[in-house]
Amino acid sequence: MAQKKLYGAVAEFPSPAALLEAARRMREHGYTRMDACTPFPVHGLDQVLGIPHSPLGYIAFLGGAAGFVAAILLQWWTGAVDYPLIIGAKPLFAFEPSIPIIFELTVLFSAFATVGGMLTLNRLPRLHHPLFELDAFRRVTNDRFFLAVEAEDPKFRSDETKALLESLGAKGAALVEEEG
Amino acid sequence: MADVVMDRPLPLDPPLVEGNPTYSQITDDVAGIVERKPPREWYAAISVTGLLTLALGISIAWLLYKGVGIWGNNQPVAWAWPITDFVFWIGIGHAGTLISAILYLFRQRWRTSINRAAEAMTIFAVMTAGLFPLFHTGRPWRAYWLFPIPNLDLSLWQNFRSPLMWDVFAVSTYATVSILFWYVGMIPDLGTLRDRAAGLRQKIYGFFALGWRGSAWHWNHYEKAYLILAGLSTPLVLSVHSIVSLDFAVSIVPGWHTTIFPPYFVAGAIFSGFAMVITLMVLARKAYRLEHLITINHLENMNKILLATGSIVGYSYAVEFFTAAFSGNPYEQFVFMNRVVGPYAWAVWTMFFCNVFAPQLFWFRKVRRSIPAMFVVSIIVNVGMWFERFNIIVTSLHRDYLPSSWGMFTPTVFDFLTFFGSLGFFLTMFLLFLRFLPAIALSEVKAVIPAPQPEKEGE
Repeated sequence: MAQKKLYGAVAEFPSPAALLEAARRMREHGYTRMDACTPFPVHGLDQVLGIPHSPLGYIAFLGGAAGFVAAILLQWWTGAVDYPLIIGAKPLFAFEPSIPIIFELTVLFSAFATVGGMLTLNRLPRLHHPLFELDAFRRVTNDRFFLAVEAEDPKFRSDETKALLESLGAKGAALVEEEG
Repeated sequence: MADVVMDRPLPLDPPLVEGNPTYSQITDDVAGIVERKPPREWYAAISVTGLLTLALGISIAWLLYKGVGIWGNNQPVAWAWPITDFVFWIGIGHAGTLISAILYLFRQRWRTSINRAAEAMTIFAVMTAGLFPLFHTGRPWRAYWLFPIPNLDLSLWQNFRSPLMWDVFAVSTYATVSILFWYVGMIPDLGTLRDRAAGLRQKIYGFFALGWRGSAWHWNHYEKAYLILAGLSTPLVLSVHSIVSLDFAVSIVPGWHTTIFPPYFVAGAIFSGFAMVITLMVLARKAYRLEHLITINHLENMNKILLATGSIVGYSYAVEFFTAAFSGNPYEQFVFMNRVVGPYAWAVWTMFFCNVFAPQLFWFRKVRRSIPAMFVVSIIVNVGMWFERFNIIVTSLHRDYLPSSWGMFTPTVFDFLTFFGSLGFFLTMFLLFLRFLPAIALSEVKAVIPAPQPEKEGE
């Protein structure tokens, strides 16, 4: 059995407003390595937790650009280079009739880049996470809002941090371990 | 803080969800559908639709053995019912993407209760639609020839200058992106089902939930991904039926060769799709007692869209006739006269009645808010939109330039079996969706209802 090490302290809140307020106060106390888990996106948390702007837009653009280029190369190479065949006296390659497929592949590649990029940036799928050890955490996808302070936070002192979370209106707080 | 305020309903808006439920009540209501035994209506419905699906399977098996000759397709009407059914089903799909993508970009928060089921409907409609061109090719085991895969038995490439190839790309892209959008939207709710389940169910839902834990860091990328997918799906949904219409408009057949087809097809698609959404929602909200989540206000909004798109469709019919008259082209004029007084006039007048006149009832608020009235109108519109595609395909083809090649189209029993079988397949898929997947987007509905009051927090 691998050795256990501390993941961090987790507190449970009953409403998004309570969570937001607690996160703000923890931030004022100087904590920087925090995570909040909620049943739906709570706006305002990203500023408080210092979450940077998602770069996903650039990834989607690159995917779209790749699809755009791929569609032109596909139609030009197959129609005008590899198997030139005159059909209905039309040019072997022209942009006008190529537009529909260029558009479709741009969208298709961009959608795959978006979904793949989102999962990669989020490190998903993942089989397990220390927070799932906590029984109360099952309600994170229902109606409970969790604030976690990671043990790697320079200000983290297990009992002190837990007590501070409890003093901020948490319904309960716990220390969570992970397999080391 | 400004965006936090934007996320809450304005005080004067009608409530998006009735009865002021708590977060956990919403979870129980929606997750309960897949956790409890389904109502008796569900078993009754799936036995009927399952039988119809069986009829589809039998007629397709016979078709594979015997050939497409078992259908009524023949010269001059070679496209006939299979393509009518294809365009009909593809059109149905459009409402789902409109609700999930376009209304999302327009910040129409009422969409949250209905978008999941409408997107599911889109995917099943596109799957159903795909069956028709697949089997209409006659040799479905060669279907991979439609895609640019280098292979030895073909040793040539597809003709990308043909609208039929554009159609292959448009429909397959639409199906793929719709599935991605639907699945990404469902990940948090699959997490909900995972966290409420035990044993094998927990493992299966957990597998598809991908380890979702609702982290704020995840929501940040997730919401961005959802926004981008909505942005991609919006032009995509407008392109799909436009490209389907090019199958017709790029040809030189009188009655098909017209520039109004792309917008006219898109409006018709959204119109027929909303009719199908209303048909399904009226039944589902009743059977599963979801009247407080899918409220009469949601249905009224959809009826307004039905009225608007129905009027656009009516206008398009008028423009088609005007263009034929104004063009001075005798073939074009003949086709349109033939539609209203020829041998298929009954089909055209059915179409006018169903698509142009029936939805006009929705000018009256009483009708828009009456469940029986909207159910009847939605069925009428579904029928009318099938007849629209029948008219476009059959009446245009049955009499073209050469009177010597005129003919009539007669459907066979297999045409009926395939069409009603496809209806059964579509409904079966939808019933299975209601049984096993979260039919309402939990995380989205929770985000638009008012947060619990402080004094209630201790419950």
